[in-house]
Amino acid sequence: MPNLTIDGQKIEVPAGTTIIQAAEKLGIEIPRYCYHPALPVAGNCRICMVEVEKQPKLQIACYTPVAAGMVVKTTSPKVLEARKNVLEFLLVNHPLDCPVCDQAGECKLQDYYMEHGQYDSRLASVKVKKEKKAFSIGPTVMLDQERCILCTRCVRFTDTITKTSEFGVFDRGDHSQLDVYPGKELDNKYSGNVVDICPVGALTDKDFRFKCRVWYLDHTKSVCPGCSMGCNIDIDWDKSRPHTEKKERVMRLKPRHNPDVNNYWICDSGRYNYHFIDENRILSPQYLDKIVEWGEAMERVAETIQSTKAERIGVLASAQLTNEDLFVIRKLFKDTLKAHVDFRVPEKPGDSDDFLIKADKNPNTAGAASILGAQADAQTIVQKAKQGELDLLYVFGHDLVKLFGKETVAQIAKKTKLFVFQGSNINDTCGYAHLNLPSSVYAEKDGTFTNCQQRVQRIRPAFFPLGESKGDWEIVSFVAGQLGAPLSYKGPQDVFDDIVKTVAGFAGMSYEKIGDQGMILKK
Amino acid sequence: MEKVLTRNFGLENSHRLETYLKNKGYQAARKALTKMTGPQVIDEIKKSNLRGLGGAGFPTGMKWGFIPQANPKPKYLVVNGDEGEPGTFKDKYIFEKDPHALLEGIIITCYAIASHKAYVYVRGEYVKSMQTLQAAIDEANSSGYLGKGIMGTTFDLDVVVHPGAGAYICGEETALLESLEGKKGFPRLKPPFPAVVGLFGCPTVINNVETLSCVGPIIANGGEWFAKLGSPKNGGNRLFCVSGHVNKPGVYELPNGITLRAIIYEHAGGIPNGRKLKAVIPGGISAPVLTADEIDVKMDFDSLKAIGSMAGSGGIIVMDDTTDMVWAAMVAARFFAHESCGQCSPCREGSGWVYNNLKKLYQGGARPHDLANLPGIIGNIGGNTICAFGDAVTMSVGSYVSKFREEFENKIKERVCRI
Repeated sequence: MPNLTIDGQKIEVPAGTTIIQAAEKLGIEIPRYCYHPALPVAGNCRICMVEVEKQPKLQIACYTPVAAGMVVKTTSPKVLEARKNVLEFLLVNHPLDCPVCDQAGECKLQDYYMEHGQYDSRLASVKVKKEKKAFSIGPTVMLDQERCILCTRCVRFTDTITKTSEFGVFDRGDHSQLDVYPGKELDNKYSGNVVDICPVGALTDKDFRFKCRVWYLDHTKSVCPGCSMGCNIDIDWDKSRPHTEKKERVMRLKPRHNPDVNNYWICDSGRYNYHFIDENRILSPQYLDKIVEWGEAMERVAETIQSTKAERIGVLASAQLTNEDLFVIRKLFKDTLKAHVDFRVPEKPGDSDDFLIKADKNPNTAGAASILGAQADAQTIVQKAKQGELDLLYVFGHDLVKLFGKETVAQIAKKTKLFVFQGSNINDTCGYAHLNLPSSVYAEKDGTFTNCQQRVQRIRPAFFPLGESKGDWEIVSFVAGQLGAPLSYKGPQDVFDDIVKTVAGFAGMSYEKIGDQGMILKK
Repeated sequence: MEKVLTRNFGLENSHRLETYLKNKGYQAARKALTKMTGPQVIDEIKKSNLRGLGGAGFPTGMKWGFIPQANPKPKYLVVNGDEGEPGTFKDKYIFEKDPHALLEGIIITCYAIASHKAYVYVRGEYVKSMQTLQAAIDEANSSGYLGKGIMGTTFDLDVVVHPGAGAYICGEETALLESLEGKKGFPRLKPPFPAVVGLFGCPTVINNVETLSCVGPIIANGGEWFAKLGSPKNGGNRLFCVSGHVNKPGVYELPNGITLRAIIYEHAGGIPNGRKLKAVIPGGISAPVLTADEIDVKMDFDSLKAIGSMAGSGGIIVMDDTTDMVWAAMVAARFFAHESCGQCSPCREGSGWVYNNLKKLYQGGARPHDLANLPGIIGNIGGNTICAFGDAVTMSVGSYVSKFREEFENKIKERVCRI
């Protein structure tokens, strides 16, 4: 464990640590373009050069390993001068088209120029023109060769992470240009990540470009609900200007670093899976074809429950719900009413790979299993409903038409007294349900998901629920209140504290302890 | 003076095995393989003060000594015959006039470092060189000087000729390795050095053609004999390639430490038509230029370094008083801008910028600030790059501006259009 000094601060780090990593531990961020912690070191941008005592030349911090007794200066006049000079070189042939560049506001050229550049231009000749300005290189990404600083992060990403090797740097010297290989397209399941790692405006996302200036974005820490991996994400939403044609609030999703789950990456299907948040939503409770007040809707559910027996109530919970939602469902329907409750519907496995994409497309299968257990069986519940053995079927989000066919669902609607569908988005089942209840989507929810590694992770509400929709736990609590058996939870955190007390695996957890990185369920 | 490298050049069919054998050929290799151990060979080379004649001047014996013998991976010898440095054309002569001297050096070197495979990376334009070398390898293979059980010993060696594809940077040893591995010729970050992680990730020695051609004579005559030929710490003779404004351009084998004046005036026949010397590049285009009053310098690595230039590849480019130094600087800068590999930012963007600036100065469109900014821009490249190419740009192009400043200033005052 070598001891070294960086900017006067002493630190001990494991052998093999590079200066840039050691500095990071001290909270010193050394500027970088080509360096990315999850990619092999290229050492080509030269902006991370630092002064190492007893070394005649400046050293690149991304590649130089620490040594015992090393004294590093990251802000000496020599270093600052070198940074300025590297920036000057990088900007010599850069088009400086910031006003029309979508990266503006989160561009490292801009940031470092303001921090370390601030020189007057010495360029008195013409810039090198690259072949192509902005062009499509695949279904998701646009490339602007002029803005590229040839840091090769994207090349290394496709070489080492996806192993698809679409990118190459062609030609030589100041005519070098980034491109995809002839006849190839950037078309892999993780293509969007190259936009995240591009430090400048060379690679932009077709889905996001020109939709919103990044300084209007607010960021909410969340977890991707697309599969059981539970990749950590940031929901980037427009705080003040819902001016897009579709009135969408979410502008984009970005991966959030979690070394234990998704590192810096997310897959494309997760990245672009946000349009449902503002599309095709159920906006108010509806009984038969009539919009009703929440009170009336709840009254109908309560009446039905009160007029029947426990064995004639079936509940299809869902692994799309949060642990908190599921726990409140358990409390009311399983523990109090002793009804049939299950969440495991016969879904076909989705596509998967050996990296981040899991076949189970539910974010909370592990959580549902730990909270609801596995006594009843969804298939049996549906069969019972179909055969008229249930008075109430309460479905959370599942599209039964897709899972069991129209016939079955039509039979259920005929044979049950009350067929409740509670969900966020309209699907074919809504047309058959007697009562449709609008619930909020994950981006409007506070709560936790448990991923396939048994890791309990927080999601947070980015904005208020759309229309009259409410959190699933809240709706179920409302029903409980109508039944005269109130569940007096103040909010999801309150529910979670009860989970911790009740469900063994969650022992010792709290929202504070889960934090941003999650906690593993105890066996 | 005793000829070492060019000893066979004048013989008829000097490139044939038959001729080589008649003139004590492969006796040094036999001596090394039968009477010496690897470490003994390395010691002899260390004693000889042989230095890397590709241009860097690194002590050859020391380089071989870095090969970790305990490493279970195969070891490689890579012969750098990419000879791309403008003003340099000596390796071509060795390939074509005495390829067996090179092969003998390769055998001894491989024996010393326990390598069984050598790659000779030849500049792509050197078609005849490759043909002559390949013919020599074929002859050696069929006569038991290469292949399995060389000269009746248990030592095996396979030599492969690999053509380059025209990039100057592939003469940089790690870029050469990348190229040899089938990748784009980008210099590697160091450390690790090739001696530890080289070709295909294995320990590798990379030596220049001329360096290896000295190995046979050193083993034959002893390291001390070789050391005495040259100047202190610079053993042996060198092939100086003289071009430009001289009466007798060509390759001259002369001892390390001879003065530049002697090379130009005594050997290369002086400046034509009684004109005056203005400037000399002493070691290929990467070497800082010398003015006419600096030519009493001794031509060896240490003496040239001491006066701020370098011995480099031994390519001497002579310029008389008709030479426009702004033009000369521009031509050098154009070369660097064209050949920068484009990997790291200062060199990629800087070399082109410097060239454009000089072009503007030469063509007559420059303003005073163009000249005022030039040394700063040039200076920001060197020392900040992955390989020594950036240093070459700074040192060589920078030297024109600093040593012939007046000519650059006049270009701005003249305001003559040369487009």
